[in-house]
Amino acid sequence: MMKFVTLSIAALSAAIFTLNSFAAETVNLYSARKEALIKPMLDDFTKQTGIEVRLLTGGGDALLTRLQAEGENTPADLFLTVDAGNLHRAAQAGVFQELGSPLALQAVPSQYHGDGNLWLGLSLRARPIFYAPDRVNPEQLSGYADLADNRWDNNVCIRSSDNIYNQSLTAALIQHWGEEKTEEWARGLVDNLAKPPVGGDRDQIKALANGVCDIAVANTYYLGVMEASDDAAEREAASKVKIFWPNQDDQGTHVNVSGIGLTKHAKNADNARRLVEFLLSPEAQQWYAEANNEYPIRRGVDWSDRLMNWGEFKMDSLPMRHLGENNADAVRLMNRAGWR
Amino acid sequence: MATAVLLGLPLFVVAYAALQLLLSGDHSTLSHLWQTVVPEYIRNSLILLAGVAIGVMTLGVSTAWLTTCCRFPGQRYFQWALLLPLAMPAYITAYTYTGMLDFSGPLQSAIRDFTGWGYGDYWFPQIRSIAGAVMVLSLVLFPYVYLITRAAFLQQSTATMEAGRSLGLTPWQSFWRLALPLARPAMVTGTTLALMETLADYGTVQYFGVTTFTTGIFRTWYGLGDLQGALQLAAMLLVAVIALIMIERWSRQNARYEQSSQRQAQPFQLTGSKAWLATAACALPLTLGFILPALQLAAWSLDRWQVWTQPDFWGLAFNSLMLAFIAAIITVLLALWLAYGKRQFPTRPIRATVSFAGMGYAIPGIVIAVGVMLPLAALDAGLIAVAKSWFNWNPGLLFSGTLVALLFAYTVRFLSVSLQTVSAGLAQIRPSMDESAQILGYQPPQVLRKVHFPLLRTSILTAIILVGVDVLKELPATLVLRPFDFNTLAVRAYEMAGDERLADAGPPALMMVMVGLIPVILLSRAMLASQHVVLKEHELGPVTP
Repeated sequence: MMKFVTLSIAALSAAIFTLNSFAAETVNLYSARKEALIKPMLDDFTKQTGIEVRLLTGGGDALLTRLQAEGENTPADLFLTVDAGNLHRAAQAGVFQELGSPLALQAVPSQYHGDGNLWLGLSLRARPIFYAPDRVNPEQLSGYADLADNRWDNNVCIRSSDNIYNQSLTAALIQHWGEEKTEEWARGLVDNLAKPPVGGDRDQIKALANGVCDIAVANTYYLGVMEASDDAAEREAASKVKIFWPNQDDQGTHVNVSGIGLTKHAKNADNARRLVEFLLSPEAQQWYAEANNEYPIRRGVDWSDRLMNWGEFKMDSLPMRHLGENNADAVRLMNRAGWR
Repeated sequence: MATAVLLGLPLFVVAYAALQLLLSGDHSTLSHLWQTVVPEYIRNSLILLAGVAIGVMTLGVSTAWLTTCCRFPGQRYFQWALLLPLAMPAYITAYTYTGMLDFSGPLQSAIRDFTGWGYGDYWFPQIRSIAGAVMVLSLVLFPYVYLITRAAFLQQSTATMEAGRSLGLTPWQSFWRLALPLARPAMVTGTTLALMETLADYGTVQYFGVTTFTTGIFRTWYGLGDLQGALQLAAMLLVAVIALIMIERWSRQNARYEQSSQRQAQPFQLTGSKAWLATAACALPLTLGFILPALQLAAWSLDRWQVWTQPDFWGLAFNSLMLAFIAAIITVLLALWLAYGKRQFPTRPIRATVSFAGMGYAIPGIVIAVGVMLPLAALDAGLIAVAKSWFNWNPGLLFSGTLVALLFAYTVRFLSVSLQTVSAGLAQIRPSMDESAQILGYQPPQVLRKVHFPLLRTSILTAIILVGVDVLKELPATLVLRPFDFNTLAVRAYEMAGDERLADAGPPALMMVMVGLIPVILLSRAMLASQHVVLKEHELGPVTP
């Protein structure tokens, strides 16, 4: 028994000290983007600059809470999230400072800057409507309002309102339509659901392909992953659906950002700046398009063939901060509408 | 006492935050939730609890009885194999069943291809539903009941059983009229553990789209950005847990059966169709709870065989195993400390704090993570301030930024598992045994070493293994509290599955199951061995000088 104790104490202290050691040049990143989707780019950065990136992935809100609890002692230099809502919340909580890189500011169009430039978008993610071309004539569709239209009764697939993408979409609609109309829309949508709102975006696309519903809502990069999948069934499902770009005559298709901010108590601010500039460089932006099927945020960066294939479209130009501001209202509204 | 208070600290943080808010009169979030979603959370949570209780008791007690008291084909293998589902994290089992049974999965696609039907032309159970969640959780959690009830059956006095048999009871009758009532405290303990785990479950219910208290806590925190409101929900959950524990305590108090078992009762020899029925009854939960999901994982892993050759993948396995090992040792040592404290000084405040410290098991890992993070970060801030002003040195985040935080969280979360197991073991050592040993001339330390330790060995080992397996599978707290560049198998599997890349989640999940198998097999062996050990060690030898 004593041997066990000694051994575990030794292992524990070893673990503490090795993990606390600092390399010469580092930048510490808290990331809500999953490791597999960002590590290759960080490795490239280390190769180019010699700066080591230490990564901690997790849920956006959990990381933010940790950041706040750590206060001025936080090791984090940068906080990266995959939606505007969390960025806004982080800015409100006062954990960010201005990045102070004119280069980065210039690369990102101004509607994708946080208030006071406390954060910057890194990539764009679109959330259009998908339809089954063998059953639906795209002329029957016009925009997000269709999802609540009687015509699609028992024929709409969308995931749970727990999901931040649906919360952001609803937050954007609140900004465009007002709360009352949006709540009515949410009720109509719930009535139209073909199945309980379970599964992820990819599951909605598969449901659409398998005839569970005629229209579905999902982020486009999921279709990209399915088209490039090495599973034949997934490729086949992807071939059975098409993207409809909603609201091209008015507000445009809903987009969200993944974005990043410099923490207020960053210890490696210079390195952090270099990392953000790297992530906004044309090469890195192109990598987003190629590898992750997201839309580059920097103007003038070529879209990948796949993105071009899906077609160009008008994006909603709503400033991103509204998504954050309206998020809690959106969740309350969806609670009331019974959207699980 | 101090230890119990320390371990209860994160729970106090939750309770305190909730209380503060209740007193401050800001009920806007709470009243909104009450009006909209809380009734559904309560309803779904209750259905889930009732379903899982029925499920784990049916599966756990029947298999425990059959493998202990009957002989039939395969009985020897089932004895240990029925523990295998323990190695399966519930959310992983959920992924595999979704992969197999969803409408776009292979089974339903085959049905459609074969019959030419489309969606809606045929009925098929929806796996992503509350019934699916009950099924998955029951299949994964029944080994708790099996394990603890089996131990109780093994200890049941031969005399009672043989008296029953001489009065002409059939196997069936002796099960219902003798074994079952006598094993009731054990059944309740096992079921309570399973139910606490059910309440804390997030992965499965979230994946299946079932809204429970736990998913509500996440939704309130993430969606409404309201950590305080989330903690209030967590405090409500705490109340539910207190109720659950009181029921358990009450059932144990009413029934205290101390039996001295000298040897095991003669088992019933089943033959013919009855024997095969028994085999089937044990094979079914084993197949559904372990073999099928494991085969699915294996199939996915073959698809992604390249992963196995990557060195960082093996690093994940090492991290997981190391954490599980250290956390298990610490937790069990603390449980022993607390259990002895309670035994030696059974005062009211000590009993109360020890029970409070044991409640972490039913609290979602993420809530415990918050309860651990806030005080540890404050402690670090204090330390850094002192170190800076005295030595002009910044030690960094010694507690909140390192594995200490994680281990603390595991201890809080899983103390209950080890405490229950160790206390159950300790309860068997009647005070009269201490007295007899002392009369025989043993000093107290010798009593511990020569009487208690041998008798407790199985319980201690069981506790270490149960905690170890739980830590291996733990996800939410690990995700929030881990240090930089530190990943575990559970984290990797979750990130892949969360991205709907089920096949990519295969290798880490399979690895997690395989690593988890090591302790489970150890446990099975210890369990088999203890059957013989009990016989030998019940005799107190004379003092050896």
